[in-house]
Amino acid sequence: MAADPLIRVTGLRKAFAGHVVLADVRLEVRAGEAVALLGANGAGKTTLLRILATLTRPSRGTAFVLGHDCARAPERVRPHIGLVAHGAYVYEDLTALENLRFWTALSGLAADGAVLARALAAVELERFAGERVRTFSAGMKRRLSLARFVLARPRVLLLDEPFAGLDQRAKKWLEGYLEAFKAAGGALVMATHSFGRELALADRIVILAARTIALDTPRASMGAEEIARLYRLHTEDGA
Amino acid sequence: MVRKDLLVERRSKETLNALAFFSLLLLFVFQFALGPDRERLAGTLPGLLWLGFILSGLLGLGRTFVVERENDCWEGLLLAPGDKSAIYVGKLAGNLLLMLVIETILLVLFGFFFNLDLTNVLPALAVVIALGTVALAAVGTLFAAMTAHVRARELLFPVLLLPVEVPVLLGTVKATEAVLLGEPLGTVAHWLKLLAVANVIYLTIGVLTFDVVLDG
Repeated sequence: MAADPLIRVTGLRKAFAGHVVLADVRLEVRAGEAVALLGANGAGKTTLLRILATLTRPSRGTAFVLGHDCARAPERVRPHIGLVAHGAYVYEDLTALENLRFWTALSGLAADGAVLARALAAVELERFAGERVRTFSAGMKRRLSLARFVLARPRVLLLDEPFAGLDQRAKKWLEGYLEAFKAAGGALVMATHSFGRELALADRIVILAARTIALDTPRASMGAEEIARLYRLHTEDGA
Repeated sequence: MVRKDLLVERRSKETLNALAFFSLLLLFVFQFALGPDRERLAGTLPGLLWLGFILSGLLGLGRTFVVERENDCWEGLLLAPGDKSAIYVGKLAGNLLLMLVIETILLVLFGFFFNLDLTNVLPALAVVIALGTVALAAVGTLFAAMTAHVRARELLFPVLLLPVEVPVLLGTVKATEAVLLGEPLGTVAHWLKLLAVANVIYLTIGVLTFDVVLDG
């Protein structure tokens, strides 16, 4: 029998001031599985990620992460999730090391100098530990953001356009990092517009259209062209 | 949280520099308005002193969560596991430190501009200022979090804060007036008790409700 999914979403609906963004969304993501969430602008990809991250409450339905209800028990969900959204959650006037020390202390994690240095080395930022984040590129900020997860070891990573704004080297690094995360039994949900590296990482392709999941299919050996064809078939964006 | 906020402020100097300059401007205006008339000054000094504290406090407290909007750090705070009241206490401690620094600057400037010798009344004045500042910072920190994502936050923040602080302002101005006249603290014990009770209430509400406020 397959293990319980790390993420289970059932009958999810979200409306903002009467405008329905998501309706009757169902989704399950198991350990070691990566899901690429595709959809046009406004399809509700970010809203779904934010509900799973406990930042937005659903209007109806449930979202569970590791068996904890995202709406009713957000404090139980938060230690298990890592969210990489548009902001990198870094303070520009602090150094990389100071940023990491702050976030680990706030999360109640053990954070001596050696542990922090290892986390920075894991994201290839050890040479920049003492430099202020203000001087960092977008890719370096993204890596610093991920360094927190090296220490916190969440089971679920929620990523909104994870490869956007990164150079080729940073993309390659992130791809390796996410592969390793998946191999270690983590679950990934990546919201994206692109048919690039996210799709290569994904085990399943989920297309959000007309406020719900229009397609949920294993990626298997599907190439980018086939995925693009399915995307066009299911979304107004691609019509 | 306190260390982080102080480090950011030490490097950016955004709030402290602006508040120090604002305090200086305020004192120039008071000096022009009152002139050298000592009698007039004696009657208005407690009110002016707290007007200075309140105005600089409003500016400083209103910026409490501005740094958290940078790179969506606010969301990071929200997602951090653990007791959110620690964030409130940290922010409050940072605000208290900043306000006490500015109040010290204002006090020195008042002495200089109005040729006042506050040395004898300083210990008693420090007690009143400390009690008033804690009350101001306790509510200010909470309301700064409440209004952090509101579009008209600069307007809403003082509109929310000042009515709640009315009893505190009454107590601090009355106690300061007595202290500046050289009366012992015992004569204003009732005002000091009011301030102490206000502090306990405001701090308790802040600690208990911050989690909900942060969650929106």
